Amino acid sequence: MEFGLNESQEILKESARKFFAGECPMAEVRRLTETDTAFDAHLWAKLAEQGYTGIIFPEDTGGAGLGIVELALLMEEAGRALLPGPFFSTVALAGSVLLAVADAAQRRDYLSAISRGEARATVAFLEASASWDPADVQITAVKGKLKGEKLFVPDAAVADWIIAVAKNGVFLVDPKSGGVRITPMRSMDLTRKLYTVQFDNVPAEKLGEVSGISKAFDVAAVALAAEMVGGMQRTLDLTVEYAKTRKQFGKPIGIFQAVQHQCADMYLETESARSAVYYAAWGLQENTFDAASSVSIAKMYASDASRTVGNRGIQVHGGMGFTWENDLHLYYRRAKASETAFGDPTFHRERLAHLVIEAGAASA
Amino acid sequence: MDLKLTAEELAFRNEVRAWLEANIPTDWSEWREKPLDESFPYLRAWQRKLYEGGWAAVSWPTEYGGRGATLMQQSIFWEEMARVNAPPMANALGLGLIGPTIIAYGTNSQKERHIPKILSAEEIWCQGFSEPNAGSDLASLQTEARLDGDHYVVNGQKVWTSYGWVGDWCELVVRTDTTVSKHKGLTVLLVDMKSPGVEVRPLRQMTGESEFNEIFFRDVRVPVENVLGKVDDGWNVAVSTLMHERGAYGARLVLTFKSNINRLIELSRTVLRNGRPAAQDPIIRQKLAQCFAEVEIMRVNQLRAFSHISATGIPGPEGSIQKLFWSELNQRIQQLAQEMLGPYGQLLAGDPHAVERGTWSYGYLRSRGNTIEAGTSEIQRNIIGHFVLGLPRSY
Repeated sequence: MEFGLNESQEILKESARKFFAGECPMAEVRRLTETDTAFDAHLWAKLAEQGYTGIIFPEDTGGAGLGIVELALLMEEAGRALLPGPFFSTVALAGSVLLAVADAAQRRDYLSAISRGEARATVAFLEASASWDPADVQITAVKGKLKGEKLFVPDAAVADWIIAVAKNGVFLVDPKSGGVRITPMRSMDLTRKLYTVQFDNVPAEKLGEVSGISKAFDVAAVALAAEMVGGMQRTLDLTVEYAKTRKQFGKPIGIFQAVQHQCADMYLETESARSAVYYAAWGLQENTFDAASSVSIAKMYASDASRTVGNRGIQVHGGMGFTWENDLHLYYRRAKASETAFGDPTFHRERLAHLVIEAGAASA
Repeated sequence: MDLKLTAEELAFRNEVRAWLEANIPTDWSEWREKPLDESFPYLRAWQRKLYEGGWAAVSWPTEYGGRGATLMQQSIFWEEMARVNAPPMANALGLGLIGPTIIAYGTNSQKERHIPKILSAEEIWCQGFSEPNAGSDLASLQTEARLDGDHYVVNGQKVWTSYGWVGDWCELVVRTDTTVSKHKGLTVLLVDMKSPGVEVRPLRQMTGESEFNEIFFRDVRVPVENVLGKVDDGWNVAVSTLMHERGAYGARLVLTFKSNINRLIELSRTVLRNGRPAAQDPIIRQKLAQCFAEVEIMRVNQLRAFSHISATGIPGPEGSIQKLFWSELNQRIQQLAQEMLGPYGQLLAGDPHAVERGTWSYGYLRSRGNTIEAGTSEIQRNIIGHFVLGLPRSY
């Protein structure tokens, strides 16, 4: 048994960290948050050049054929850099749904375009009920046409394809075809823009059945949790650095135990979230018996932890932490958005309770 | 990253499993409810049996009677022990903490004298570290050893000594030089508890039992050949013992916690809350899931720490969070049990209405000590702040 990363995983993580530091430094993140879509075509082309846009897709679709652990490592580094734009929506979310439900020809066509960096995609799931339970989906395709409204659709304005989950299947829509109306939702996370998408009898191509999305959403949840771990790590690093340099009462504030203990708890929460995320990613990759419960554990723990790590980090920064100029709030905003996406901690605790109380996963 | 067992690990598991199946005592369930002083001879006999099978200290090097097991194999060993509800071994501190310290620092004659008897449970060890005025600030301890010919003469008092009441030998930290800074003048002595001048008194804790003792030393003569490591280098020797305390111990705790949370889930099916099983109460479900998740994370943190130590040879940053994590988690688990049990939660062993013979009321009180013993949570956070994150020392 080996929990450490192997050599190629280490290399992937290290090179991703360097890539994001070079191509997407904080100044670039800030610039993109000020734009309408947080998308930059030039940066996207570079992500594709690295092979990142095809990381988990099979090699026969032009992908790198890597696993969920590798996806998690890449997302962790993207999270550390606060990479703005549709990478998560396109690769971890829409890509996983395509992999899980589409037929071979659809997978080849759509995934190869995504791998090459030529197309972006997103998934429209939530409706006015804001429920993550597929049973609550109302929108239905009638004779190959979709009608209805989806909310909280990430990166819809820059997506070439919108994958809509309907009552009677998973459908792919070209937003450029008439009848699709995309409207921005003003939301907290400035790096990942959300939209309402209205479909007015829009022709839709069926990809597959709704039952196929649960595994794909588990991959998305773990990818998001991994991104949160990267954000937590960055928040911790910035905070420890600040505690070492900021002086009050003639001393660096990090000498005071009240400050030190906040940092120690941030460390405990970050490392624990990282363990949970790596374990869940491996479980999904290997289809282990406890994969589903591990995903819920990772998503709930990382969601709670990234909020508390953000709270502690800003608290240690004092007044400086509350300014627009300081980067912490950008992470703090994303943490809140990610916390609710793909099931908030309460949702995942109930899912886990069901798995261990009713479905007997506890004896493991 | 590959979390499947290797062929070697599987073979090891099968070997442990086969031995345990053939040798596990069948009457442990009758003994486990009895007070420790009554069951102690039973535990000694069980350890003796493990020793004869070569299983008493799998982590130790083979030349000292161990199996040179990797951390992962150790974790497999304890998992198998838990799977068959094996009794604990009598000489817990000797095997877990003090033996490894003697292997690391002892002279050949010390090793020959002590190691076999630690393994066979012929001699039980206790640990004389804390003092009434030296708790978190252990290095300020005052028990003094004065050289008199070829003996040290020890005077002072130790407190919170586990197994003191049954200890044959003690790993004792004493001050041998009062003129230097506090970390420098310490020495570790191996003390025969039958020496004249050693007095052991029970220390009654808030649970009502006496797991721990106070030990008084009055002009106790200890031969100089019983110095462990170098004179005045006792701090390093003691820290080595403390590292063991916070390290491999975690693997066994994970199993205890796993079993406790599973028991709690079972309990939730039968215990009623607001007229229906607690398992159907949405708030209890949230809290059960939270505790279950954290026990899982404790297990996975442990696996990650093991891989890190195996790869680098040094305890990684993951190791330092375990003590903090488990002690606070256990308090939350015990509080959840109390919440589920309501008024029944307070009933002690012996009361006819007590649930599961009062184990949860005991667990609640006992867990209060978890964030204090073996390094308080405050000290653990200081260690993480200073040694892991590089923040300036606060004291």
